[in-house]
Amino acid sequence: MSFDCKKVGTCAAVAAGAILASSGTAFAAAPKIDSGDTAWMITSSALVLMMTIPGLALFYAGMVRKKNILATAAQSFGATCIITVLWMVIGYSVAFTTNANSNLNQYIGSFNYFLLGPMGLNATSTLAPTIPESVYMFFQMTFAIITPALIAGAIADRMKFSAFMWFMSLWLLFVYCPIAHWVWGGGFLGQWGALDYAGGTVVHLNAGTAGLVACLMLGKRVGYGTENMAPHNLLFALIGASLLWVGWFGFNAGSAVTANVNAGMAAAATQIATAAAALGWMIMEWMINKKPSVLGMISGAVAGLVAITPASGFVNPMGALVIGFSAGVVCYFASVWVKKWLGYDDALDTWGVHGVGGALGAMMTGMFASNAINSSAKGWLIDGNAHQMLIQFYDVGCTFLYSGIGTFIILKLIDIVIGIRVSRDVEVEGLDINLHGETVHG
Amino acid sequence: MKLITAIIKPFKLDDVREALSAIGVQGMTVTEVKGYGRQKGHTEIYRGAEYAVSFLPKIQIEVAVKSEMVEAVIETISGKAKTGQIGDGKIFVLPLEQVVRIRTGETDGDAL
Repeated sequence: MSFDCKKVGTCAAVAAGAILASSGTAFAAAPKIDSGDTAWMITSSALVLMMTIPGLALFYAGMVRKKNILATAAQSFGATCIITVLWMVIGYSVAFTTNANSNLNQYIGSFNYFLLGPMGLNATSTLAPTIPESVYMFFQMTFAIITPALIAGAIADRMKFSAFMWFMSLWLLFVYCPIAHWVWGGGFLGQWGALDYAGGTVVHLNAGTAGLVACLMLGKRVGYGTENMAPHNLLFALIGASLLWVGWFGFNAGSAVTANVNAGMAAAATQIATAAAALGWMIMEWMINKKPSVLGMISGAVAGLVAITPASGFVNPMGALVIGFSAGVVCYFASVWVKKWLGYDDALDTWGVHGVGGALGAMMTGMFASNAINSSAKGWLIDGNAHQMLIQFYDVGCTFLYSGIGTFIILKLIDIVIGIRVSRDVEVEGLDINLHGETVHG
Repeated sequence: MKLITAIIKPFKLDDVREALSAIGVQGMTVTEVKGYGRQKGHTEIYRGAEYAVSFLPKIQIEVAVKSEMVEAVIETISGKAKTGQIGDGKIFVLPLEQVVRIRTGETDGDAL
């Protein structure tokens, strides 16, 4: 049985079925660790970790004002540390193990892997039988790290670090882990056949929605719309975006969980979509704002990476080209114009790029998925399976609603107990000196 | 003696320095400054957010010269720093009461 489709919903269902079928009986064949797969997955895990630190840290820190650089980078770094520990304690267990109660398993995994107790040296997961479970746990950990960390873009410049760390912790456990289980861990969205190769909804729409809710709850930055909030160092942002781009091959091609043809096609699709999206944003900006900005090019590239994420292992290169270009154009309008019209302060466009790009990518995955590329998928345009669009829409809707409501409740609780926003004085003087006691230039 | 202060476009500095040196000006002080005049500022746009930048970067040069050299210095700076576009800058001429060279204690004309 080929497991080149770990993140294919149907495959997750098969895996869950395999577990049920095998309960009480021995496996027909003991899982065999493949050294090539293992090498690729350790590499992928490190690449995805690099996306958060230093990729996302630099991307975001370059776009804020000089007084908040360290505080912004600290959010990515702090999230990496707290989530690593929580993933080891219980996160992996809840998201990626099978609940013995098959009704509950639709929504949440087991608690058996508390502190990774059962994970021995030779353990494997049914979701990734050719690599050690330690590697699979680490790979999924890096996804769990970047997803909450992405939210920091929406709340930049005004959230307390203490509240942020609580938010990361609670959001990981109560929002990310369940949604990851729904789609990838054997839950109901995967069983319905939702196609999300590497996290268009689980990661990006999820984080984008949380960002939108969080920035609405925090309110606008002091001086928003009147003061100069121009990015302090766009070269940092460019380095960060480029590290995201390179690291994303671990994210998308790594999501094959094997080193095989699907991984190769996912890598090619990722590269093509990203470049097309950067060009799409550049062209829109050039026509409308008269100048092709560096910030626009890198924003477009990230939008393309986001949109190709759910599609990467299901589409052919032409599908990737269309998805990428569309993402560049649509996310440009979402981040530049819709935000202005509606007036919310999504500081670094977590919603405009990750939320909108993730939802767009999920829907376009339904359109362009090709059975010839991945035998577990049947899309609308190529395979004539219009029903897939409905499933993708459910996936987007469930993620949006659960993430939005979950984020609201968590932030409300934290606000009541310790407060989520820094004082006006702290915000005006800067977070670096006030929250961390240091500044970037001595 | 006069102190001549000129605000010019940054990329004109080398031309002005060479030309002043050629007419016998012995030294100058240069500062990177920001300001505005008729050029006002300009606007920058980041992902749709428009910011008015009211102070533009300029170079300020200060030259102390004997009174008889003032006209030549003004002509040189005007000639070299001119592009004809708005924002070329301005020249201010101020009276200078006293000059001392610290190393030797020479004063006024000898110290220039």
